[in-house]
Amino acid sequence: MNTAFASHPAKRTLPDFDKILDTIGAWALAIVWISPLLFATWAALQPSGTALGLDFSSPLTIENFVYVWNAVPWAGYFANTVVLVTLILAGQLVLCTLAGFAFARFEFRGRDTIFILVLLQLFILPEVLIVENYAIVSKLGLFDTALGIGLPYMASAFGIFLLRQAFKSVPVELEEAARIEGCSWMGVLWKVYVPAAKPVYLAYALVSIATHWNNFLWPLIVTNSPDTRPLTVGLSLFGAPETGVDISVISAATIMTVAPLLIAFLIFQRQFIQAFLRAGIR
Amino acid sequence: MNDMARLQKQRLALYGWMLVAPALALMSLFAFYPAIATLWHSLFTRGTTRRPSVFAGFDNYGDLFADPTFWTVAWNNIIYAGITIPVSIIFALIMALWANAHIPARSFVRSAYFTPTILPMIAAANLWLFFYTPDLGVIDQITGFFGASPTNWLGQPETALASVIMVTIWKEAGFFMIFYLAALQTIPPDLREAARIEGAGRWTYTRRVLLPLLMPTTIFVFVNAMINSVKLIDHLFILTKGGPNNASKLILYWIWEMAFSYFDSPHAAAMTILVLLTLGLVAVIQFRLVEKRTHYR
Repeated sequence: MNTAFASHPAKRTLPDFDKILDTIGAWALAIVWISPLLFATWAALQPSGTALGLDFSSPLTIENFVYVWNAVPWAGYFANTVVLVTLILAGQLVLCTLAGFAFARFEFRGRDTIFILVLLQLFILPEVLIVENYAIVSKLGLFDTALGIGLPYMASAFGIFLLRQAFKSVPVELEEAARIEGCSWMGVLWKVYVPAAKPVYLAYALVSIATHWNNFLWPLIVTNSPDTRPLTVGLSLFGAPETGVDISVISAATIMTVAPLLIAFLIFQRQFIQAFLRAGIR
Repeated sequence: MNDMARLQKQRLALYGWMLVAPALALMSLFAFYPAIATLWHSLFTRGTTRRPSVFAGFDNYGDLFADPTFWTVAWNNIIYAGITIPVSIIFALIMALWANAHIPARSFVRSAYFTPTILPMIAAANLWLFFYTPDLGVIDQITGFFGASPTNWLGQPETALASVIMVTIWKEAGFFMIFYLAALQTIPPDLREAARIEGAGRWTYTRRVLLPLLMPTTIFVFVNAMINSVKLIDHLFILTKGGPNNASKLILYWIWEMAFSYFDSPHAAAMTILVLLTLGLVAVIQFRLVEKRTHYR
């Protein structure tokens, strides 16, 4: 990048019409894109009832946040989401590692057929099968439990596919060296393959956390108590317009819901974007 | 010796199966079995305590096709897909070109485009509520400044679906941007220089060089956008609930409504099968396109 500039020293000093247009366009779009979030933040900090006036002279207040925090078992929802996301991720990491390893390094009859089934699952969305999955979860006695929300997502076809690719790119020599030192299959997996796939694990983990932190429809269906309800479901019950809640209060609740992930994103921005990239390119 | 080798091979096969088994079991329980059970249940009538459910053949499908709501919802979803897919792809491409250009505050621009991706759809809907509120919302304040009268964006059939579409585009364009961004970074800068020497303008370069090179990314993004046009319905729960008068109702929301509000699971099952068939078609198209692509390489 720098060398490209160095080879055209004259170009940089000239006012480049295209570049000015680009900058204006890019900034304008960025401001439009971020504006819903900015407006909501602004509204959340206004005394309730005045927010929509966009009167910049009124004093800022955190009363909306205090009100939301006291009106809803927010800390509970928050804990539920953290438990849920952790549970799903843990299950996914274990199951997808084992299956990915099998598809990458073992020969067994029916392997290719099963792998095609796994690929097929990328298109059989869990969201679409809500009716039957609801029946199954209820039959298993898991209705309104974190496990009930999490279980359908644990054998993630996407995770299996991603880890299989990662394991396949590990040189076989590394594995052979470990075997000569007397490692078992599990030892090889743990000491050779898992460390080699670390960036893929990080990428997958970030995508999984973001997906399930934000998931709504399925948790809505299989929960019915504040003890298991995640943040998104709590927010939807709270924010329903017919409850007549003030928009600045809804904004405060929304900001509180998105804040943890948003702050994490702003801190780990580079890793986050990289993670999404890596996970998306199949 | 031969026996030893065979034994070893069998042991490896057994290991392989054992490693796959847990994932396969869960996948069967929550994807394959439910898919088949949905098909099965879509062929039976709704059972009550008085009358047990009986085999009905394709009656449930017939009912769907005879129901005007089906056509409204299917048509809404076609419009939803037909607008969100191309518009978010175009936005994604423009964003990627800008986020890849040498402009000041580039990382701010990039984050601004990407941020909606990490918000829950429910939260996004709440944020947009602030724009759509009649009279007091941001849009009406702006149009009101120019003398327009307040509009009930979410409450009238003409604008409800469009309002829902806006939120989806806002949510997914930044996500698709990063795939274009990644692809753009693999294109050598010499290409642009070469095009310039040949006298190609910026537009020609974009159309003749960049777009063809970005084709694989476009296919990938297109398939994801197709899936999203079925999946992304959470915001309906906040914004319109499918209303007014079904004007913004989408298929998955309708399935949810049939199954969990009207407790009519046979018709919900029939609708689910139709969605699965559509998704299967998308899968076939993708595999075909990917195959074609590899032929060229």
